[in-house]
Amino acid sequence: MRYLVCIKQTPDTAELPKITPEEAASGKFSVNLVVNPWDELAIEAGLKLMETYGGVTGAITVGDEGAIDALRSALAMGCKDATLVKNVGADVSGVADLLAAAVKKDGDVGVVVTGQMTVDGNSGSLPVVLGRKLGWPVLTGVAKIVDLADDSITVERTVGQARLTVKTSLPAVVSVNKEIGEPRYPTFINIRKAARVKAPVLTADDLGVEVPAPVVHMTNFRKPPARDAKVQLFEGSPQEAAAALVDALLAEKVL
Amino acid sequence: MKFLVYIETDSGDVVASSWEALGAALSLSDDVEAVIIGDKISVGVEEVVKRGAQKVYVVEDETRQLFDLERHLADVKNVLDMSGADAFLASHTSNGRDLAAALGADKTAGVIADALELSVDGDKLKGVRGVYSGNILVDVTVDGSPQIATLRPRAFAAAEDTSASADVVLVDPANVDSPYEVLGVERTETGEVSLTEASVIVSGGRGVAKDPELGFDLIRELAGLLGAAVGASRAAVDAGFISYDHQVGQTGKVVRPDLYIAAGISGAVQHLAGMGSSKVIVAINKDAEAPIFSVANYGIVGDLFEVVPAMSEAVREKLGK
Repeated sequence: MRYLVCIKQTPDTAELPKITPEEAASGKFSVNLVVNPWDELAIEAGLKLMETYGGVTGAITVGDEGAIDALRSALAMGCKDATLVKNVGADVSGVADLLAAAVKKDGDVGVVVTGQMTVDGNSGSLPVVLGRKLGWPVLTGVAKIVDLADDSITVERTVGQARLTVKTSLPAVVSVNKEIGEPRYPTFINIRKAARVKAPVLTADDLGVEVPAPVVHMTNFRKPPARDAKVQLFEGSPQEAAAALVDALLAEKVL
Repeated sequence: MKFLVYIETDSGDVVASSWEALGAALSLSDDVEAVIIGDKISVGVEEVVKRGAQKVYVVEDETRQLFDLERHLADVKNVLDMSGADAFLASHTSNGRDLAAALGADKTAGVIADALELSVDGDKLKGVRGVYSGNILVDVTVDGSPQIATLRPRAFAAAEDTSASADVVLVDPANVDSPYEVLGVERTETGEVSLTEASVIVSGGRGVAKDPELGFDLIRELAGLLGAAVGASRAAVDAGFISYDHQVGQTGKVVRPDLYIAAGISGAVQHLAGMGSSKVIVAINKDAEAPIFSVANYGIVGDLFEVVPAMSEAVREKLGK
């Protein structure tokens, strides 16, 4: 079976606090860019599918030329092929249109795997929007893939405080969370190989997609108000400090 | 602007953050309707009626006991047609997020996702939300009809029981085939407070390492006394001290309680992304230089194995528990 992992290049989470409103508005960053950490989990899930059930796992991203680095990371982890869909400026709906067209062009994809959300856009809506555009079922919050058959997939989902075992028909879109397992480290040999790979680059024209005008408009990018926190420390024995702390919390009316 | 608010249920019970979505709509408009979908939801329907919506659409069916994207989406579309609402609101729970995203995709409408604030500007909704994991705020507007928004749990005041009354409209469940077959349901933490809905959270981190079991027992004891949820840092989860569903932070849950007590958590930026908007933050850490102290309102430099039980003792004494 063919599995396709959708990934996104995002700023390194350790550097997110350094992002300026201007950078956020323009999408051009001075900070280090990496594979969205949730998408590393998706890559791991895609590779596990390939290893457990056979088939071929590829990676795909929508972005500018620099996003090839994210694809190289996916290849270094073990994905067999990578595709860059060149686009800047599409919103979730436009990205989903491009991905849906690429998935269809790819041919025989049985499972599309995504991360639960991105650390930049934060909405977590892409897997569902993509599933609707493809007309495929969507399973979000997937913690474990229980079984894969020719025409169905069975997973465990975490939803609120419940864990559901759900079966659905293929092809399908699944979005995974951290319980899927720690993403593997790329091997040296795969990093070497990945560095030389030229990923096919597709444009909206190649895919026959007219990227729609964005339906989500973001303006007035700004830093959130700084936390007005000058820490008040309580000293003395643990008992004295704890008692004073509890008094302070009672006075704040948060207990 | 006429609102339709999605009241989420789970096995018959209303998901509490739905009341916040209803509260947000009522604060913005006099023209608010609600849709509640589930099975054995008579108690929930009574609660919606009393909280101020003018009309309540009810879809009650055994196939609706658990959220099913295909079925619930079809029901919501039916009700939107009946209601003619201009705007659709839901809480940004897992299911609310999926429902709104699917509705937006099918209607070619944008979604103001995970909004922290919401207002009405003419015939448009205007939201404020965090991007880049809360490090940047933006104003968001969307095209399309209905105007769709999901609301961050605990960011809006819940609609109160005002003994109001409402028209109740029974709606037939949409006749759709679902591709989803639920084979099993396991309630992970029966009786525990949910992290995203909790007003108080006590979290543990790497600091429990010398005896993780005892460490989290002490944290659970304090949490139990405070009616709090139990959280954890990524380090504690990755080390296997506690399960992933407790993880707060970048690759875990985003929470905004009134009080967040971080015990033995250093405060990496990835953790702050999950709890930085808590109203009051308390840090307990042996290392006075730990970054958590720079965002904390109150702190104790000390060993959580001593400080946490001392806090439990103080709570027992002062609150008579």
